Amino acid sequence: MSILTLAKALNSGLHDSLADDPKVVLMGEDIGTLGGVFRITDGLKSEFGADRVVDTPLAESGIVGTAIGLAMRGYRPCVEIQFDGFHAPAFDQIVSQLARYRSRVGGAWSLPVTVRIPFGGGIGSPEHHSESPEAFYTGVPGLKVVACASPDDAYWMLRQAIASPDPVIFFEPKRRYYARGPVSEVASLEMGRAKVIRPGSDATVLAYGPMVQTCVEAADAAAEEGTSLEVIDLRSLAPLDMATIEASVRRTTRCVVVHEAPKSGALGAEIAARLAEDLYYVMEAPVLRVAGWDIPYPPSRAEANHLPDVDRVLDAVDRSLAF
Amino acid sequence: MTETQLVAGSRSQPGPGRPSRLSAGTPGQATGETPTGESEATATSPSGRLAQLGPDPSMVQILTPQGLWHDHPDYPIELSPDQLRDALEKMVMARRLDLEGTNLQRHGELALWPPLRGQEATQAGAYLAVGHLDQIFPTYREQGLVHWMGVSLPEILATWRASAICPWDTVATRCSAYPVMIGSSALHGVGYAMGIQRDGMTGHVETSGDLDTSQDAAVMLFHGDGSMSQGDVNEAYVFAAANNAPIVFCCINNQYAISEPTSLIARAPLFSRAAGFGIRSVQVDGNDIVAMAAVMREAMRRARAGEGPTFVEAFTYRMGAHTTTDDPTRYRTRAEEEHWAALDPISRLQSYLLDAGEIDRGWLAALDQRAEAFGAEVRAAIGQIPEPDLVAELGNVYVDPTPEILAQQQELTEWLAADSDLPEASASTDGETRR
Repeated sequence: MSILTLAKALNSGLHDSLADDPKVVLMGEDIGTLGGVFRITDGLKSEFGADRVVDTPLAESGIVGTAIGLAMRGYRPCVEIQFDGFHAPAFDQIVSQLARYRSRVGGAWSLPVTVRIPFGGGIGSPEHHSESPEAFYTGVPGLKVVACASPDDAYWMLRQAIASPDPVIFFEPKRRYYARGPVSEVASLEMGRAKVIRPGSDATVLAYGPMVQTCVEAADAAAEEGTSLEVIDLRSLAPLDMATIEASVRRTTRCVVVHEAPKSGALGAEIAARLAEDLYYVMEAPVLRVAGWDIPYPPSRAEANHLPDVDRVLDAVDRSLAF
Repeated sequence: MTETQLVAGSRSQPGPGRPSRLSAGTPGQATGETPTGESEATATSPSGRLAQLGPDPSMVQILTPQGLWHDHPDYPIELSPDQLRDALEKMVMARRLDLEGTNLQRHGELALWPPLRGQEATQAGAYLAVGHLDQIFPTYREQGLVHWMGVSLPEILATWRASAICPWDTVATRCSAYPVMIGSSALHGVGYAMGIQRDGMTGHVETSGDLDTSQDAAVMLFHGDGSMSQGDVNEAYVFAAANNAPIVFCCINNQYAISEPTSLIARAPLFSRAAGFGIRSVQVDGNDIVAMAAVMREAMRRARAGEGPTFVEAFTYRMGAHTTTDDPTRYRTRAEEEHWAALDPISRLQSYLLDAGEIDRGWLAALDQRAEAFGAEVRAAIGQIPEPDLVAELGNVYVDPTPEILAQQQELTEWLAADSDLPEASASTDGETRR
C-alpha cells in the first residue's frame, strides 16, 4: 500500500502495464518527450522508448485509427485524448470502427484498445477543456466505459482496462488529478463493478468521476443534519453494475444520480429508467438527477453555478425524502 | 503541377466529364482520342470547377491499349508466359464474378453489388505484387483480389446478401474487412504497418523484393479517388509519412465517386497530392496489368525494405455502375464510356498474348468454358451462405459480455422460441397470446 496522487497512480498504472506486457503501446499528443500536458506519462518515454510511448501528430482520429491498426497486428494500444473536448474528432473511429470490429468479423477477434480521456470541469479552462462526453459512449454496443475517482481505482482500473480484451473508454477526473489516496497491492474489485464507498440508509446517491468526492462531502453535511446517505461510485458506466445499485436502492428506497454532464439524455436518465423498470414497487420516490445545465459548457468563470455541488446534491436529497 | 497537365477544355481537348488524352500518358503513343463534337468548353465551369483530369504525362504504361509491350526504364519487370496467362484468366474470372454478382442482385439474391468491371487489371496487377507476409486492406470493389487471396465465394457474396459483414478469416486470408465508411480503413492500414515495424519486419533488404522468401512485410491498402477528400485518409498520409510506415496506398482512381468526377475534388493529379506529405508517388495506367504489377512490386519492395510509404494512383475507369442502385447515365456520356471501352484491360493483355503466340483461339475457347463453370460456381455459392443468427450475433459484441447482453440473449432466445411455438392462426397482436 502506498499513498499516491491520482495522477501518479495513473502514471504507475501505465508504467506497470508497459513493463508487464511488451505489446502495450501508449500513443497521444505530447505524451512522450513532454510527459503529457498533465504529466500522466511523465518519464515513460525515456524508460520504454519512442516506439512504445509514441508522440503522435495532432489528429485524434489518426491516433485512434492507427491504434486500431496496431491492435489488428497484435498490439495493445492505450491512447490519450489530450482533453475531453478533443474526443469528438476521434468519435467516428471509436464508434464506427473500434466499437464494431468484433461484431464485424463475427467475433473472430477483438481490438484491445484503451482510450484515456481526462474529463470534467472545475479547473477554469477555456472552451472544449471541461466536457463530460461519457453518454456519447455509454450507448454504443461494443465499448466498455469506466470512470475512476480515486488513486486506487486510477491504478487498478487502468491496469484492468488495458488488459481487457474489449475496447475501453477510460475517463479520468482531471480536477481530482492531485487528490491523494492509498493504492493497494492487489485489485480489490473488477472493472465492471460499482463500489459503495460510504454506507447509509436514507437515500442512495450515485456518482462517478469528479462528482464522487462532491457526493461524499454532501453525505458528510447530511450526516450532520441526521440524514444517512449511501454514496456509490459507479466506476463502470457501461455496463452499469445494476446489482450493486439495486441492492442499495432496495434498502434506501430513494435514489439521486449526480453527474456534470448536461441533464438531458445523459447517464442519469438510463439509471432512472432501469430503476423504474426493476424497482417500481420498491421506491418511495422517483429517481432525481443533479446535473449540469443543458448548455454547451459555459465560460468557466460561470462554472461554479453549472457544476453540481454539495448544496444542489442536498437539495435533491431533500426533495427525494419529501416524497 | 502545371496547367498543361490538366485537361483544359477546347475542341481538341474535350470538356468536363470527358477524360481526354486517355492513352497519351506515355509520350509518343497515339492518343486514342475522339472528337466529341460538342460546343467549346472552358477550363472552368461557372462554379470554378476544372475539367476532368486526364492522365499525367508521367503515367507509367508498359502495355499499350493495342497490346504492344514497351519496357519502362524505372519499372523493369519480367513475367513468364504462365504468369501472364494466369493474369488474363484472373481478369476474365473477375469480370465473370462481377457479371454474376450483378445478376444475382437483379434476381433478389443479393441486396447490393458493387461492380468492378474495368478495374480488373488493378486487382490482377496488384496481386502479382503481394508478398507472402503482406496484409491487404481492400475496398469493397476488390472482390477479385480478395478471392485470389483465399476469401471464398460464399464469403464474398455473404456481405452483399447482408448475411454477414466480414465473414472471412482476415488473418488467414491476409485481407482485412471492407471499409464501408469511405476511407475509414486507411488509418488502420497505417497502424498495422506501424505494428510491422515494431515486429522488426522491415529492412532485410536482401530479400525484401522477393515475394516468396521475404522476411519483411508491408501493407497494401486500397482506397478510391473519392476517399481522398476524407480527413481520415489525409491523416493516414500524415501518420504514414511521420512513421516512414511500410505501406502502399493504392488509389484506384476510377474517375468517379458515385456521380462525382475527380474534377470536383482536385485541380491537380491525385498522385501529386501525396508529394506534399513527403510520400513518394507515381501514377500508373490502371488498365495495364503489366505496369500495375511493375509499379506495385517496386512500391511494396520499398515498403518492406524500410524505404517508406508509396502512393500509387492507378488511373482506370469504373465501366459499370457504382453499385446496383446507381444509374451512371445520369452523370456520364456514352462517348466517354466508349472511349474507355477502347482501353479495356482484358483485351489489351489478350492482344499481347495472341500476338506473342502465347495463347490462341483454342486457349481462349477453353477459357470461356472455364468462365462458364466459374459462373455456375458463383451462382451455387448463394446456397452455401448461412443465415445470420441474431442470438449468436449478440455474442459477438464483446469478448467479456455485459450482463445486458447476456440477459438480452436469453430474452431473444425465449421470444423466438415462443414465436416459433405459435400456430399460424393465433399469431395475433395479443400480448398475452404471444408471450
